[in-house]
Amino acid sequence: MSSVVTVDDLVVELMTAGGIIRAVDGVSFRIDPGETVTIIGESGSGKSTTAMALLRLLPDDLAVISGAATVAGQDVVGTRKHLGALRGRAVALIPQDPMTALNPISTVGAQLTEAIRRAHPELDKAAARGRAVELMRQVHIAAPEKRMRSYPHELSGGMLQRMLIAAAIGAEPQLIVADEPTSALDVTVQAGILDLLLELQERTGVAMLLITHDLGVARLMSDRVHVMRQGVFVEEGPVEQVVGHPQHEYTQALLAAIPELGPWHDPEEAEPAPTAPQSTPPGPHLPHDLTPEGSMSAATTGTGGELL
Amino acid sequence: MSAQTTTPLLDVSGLVIEYRRDGESFRAVDDVSFSLARGGCLAIVGESGSGKSTIARALVRLVKPTAGSMTFDGTDLATLSERHLRPVRHRIQMVFQDPYGSLDPHLTAEQVVVEPMAVRGERDAAKRRARAAELLDSVGLPTSALHRKPHEFSGGQRQRIGIARALASDPDLLVLDEATSALDVSVQAQVLAILARLRAERGLTYLFISHNLGVVQAISEEVLVLRAGKVVERGTTQQVLTAPAEPYTRRLRRSALEPGLMTGRKPREVVRAVAAARIAESAEAVTA
Repeated sequence: MSSVVTVDDLVVELMTAGGIIRAVDGVSFRIDPGETVTIIGESGSGKSTTAMALLRLLPDDLAVISGAATVAGQDVVGTRKHLGALRGRAVALIPQDPMTALNPISTVGAQLTEAIRRAHPELDKAAARGRAVELMRQVHIAAPEKRMRSYPHELSGGMLQRMLIAAAIGAEPQLIVADEPTSALDVTVQAGILDLLLELQERTGVAMLLITHDLGVARLMSDRVHVMRQGVFVEEGPVEQVVGHPQHEYTQALLAAIPELGPWHDPEEAEPAPTAPQSTPPGPHLPHDLTPEGSMSAATTGTGGELL
Repeated sequence: MSAQTTTPLLDVSGLVIEYRRDGESFRAVDDVSFSLARGGCLAIVGESGSGKSTIARALVRLVKPTAGSMTFDGTDLATLSERHLRPVRHRIQMVFQDPYGSLDPHLTAEQVVVEPMAVRGERDAAKRRARAAELLDSVGLPTSALHRKPHEFSGGQRQRIGIARALASDPDLLVLDEATSALDVSVQAQVLAILARLRAERGLTYLFISHNLGVVQAISEEVLVLRAGKVVERGTTQQVLTAPAEPYTRRLRRSALEPGLMTGRKPREVVRAVAAARIAESAEAVTA
């Protein structure tokens, strides 16, 4: 099966007041269907620039892109002509800040319906609205018919992020680009959003490009990770290998900088087998209520079924 | 909290803070009590809307409490008039979350750090300058930083300037409101180390407000978990984080993703295998 994303020696140069900056300096990677590839790095590493270059969301007069990249089999570096067919259709973006990603003067339902009709122009308005309700159910928004009429400011950050995910999957994309999708959210809300993304991937087999600074998020979500620093990948490989046995000193420093919480006793979790091998670190055991199957039950959110 | 033989530096008792929202009053902080010994560190942990920042703002009297007391070294901050508050104010300093929004873009690092001294009546400019250099040095910034403006510094450097500014007033208590949350992890580690050193060197007392349990564990001996304005759980950091008693604290603990500890989560391979099967199915459906 062919890859959803192929990137070869991608270079992005940005024109700034201080001169030309090579924000992305020759990176290569591929993403297969059903796979999540994560670019992890700190501010200024070039991780978001890489993603924005793939989507061609950088202004042409300020960013020069070279190298080769295809998304869903279409060239996105040499020409802009495929972008209309890709954006909001084969590729969907989940941005970092759900508060600013939606139009404040239009209801969330109208915006979701608009996104659906963009991907499926054959649907009439009523059918698109029906599809919107169905999508809102899929992302576990309670009382979707009622929520459709809400304005963005009436919803919490976690709920808005669910709306954006609904809009993303409404296009039935081959690729979801998620740029720090949970960085603006509380940790308990983050857990729900990440589980939702995993659940959707299980169900639809969508490929995902995840951009994050959080190694914990990367560890949970990714098949493969690329550690980015100053425009280059300093280390890459399967996530267990990079996190468990980092080779590059930067990755090692990054891991060492994370304050460790260490093991703890969770009385709601079944006791681990007493003969557990020493090589696997003990706890914390993230429980069944955070796995995709039961992730959004009212009992675990403690908010009477209403998601935060 | 352990019994103190000496009186605590800060004793908050029955604190209630209400806001008016849409004509109705909203209780942001609901009967919160804690005390903090001189030289100690207490972390307040909570998510958005828990009321943790409101408590911070009340301590520096950016908001006025509805009820309860906040006794700081024998003086109740909750009821003190503006005039009587003045002599106490410099002793409680705040470090804010956003290093980009909390420094005046027009002022140099020196001016930022010197201002609190001028406010307190230090007339000798040479003394102020020497002190600013000393304070910047104590947060690991070179003397050359004195003449530069905020935009020339990174987020971590700005946060260190914010700490130096807080120290310029000779405070006893630092209220750190998500002071490392906007920073990259490597920078966060540096700032946490600086804060720990300053506390030991200067005998400072910290009220450390955070949503990040790992950071709290790194800096504080005691922790108080806040939810919807109420104290859910409190104790030593060790005790609360290794054996949380309350369901909410456990939920927070479980939600913390640690790269080294992912046992118990559904392995990625399972997600991927199921996804691959779906892809194969739909491919068959197309070819059939």
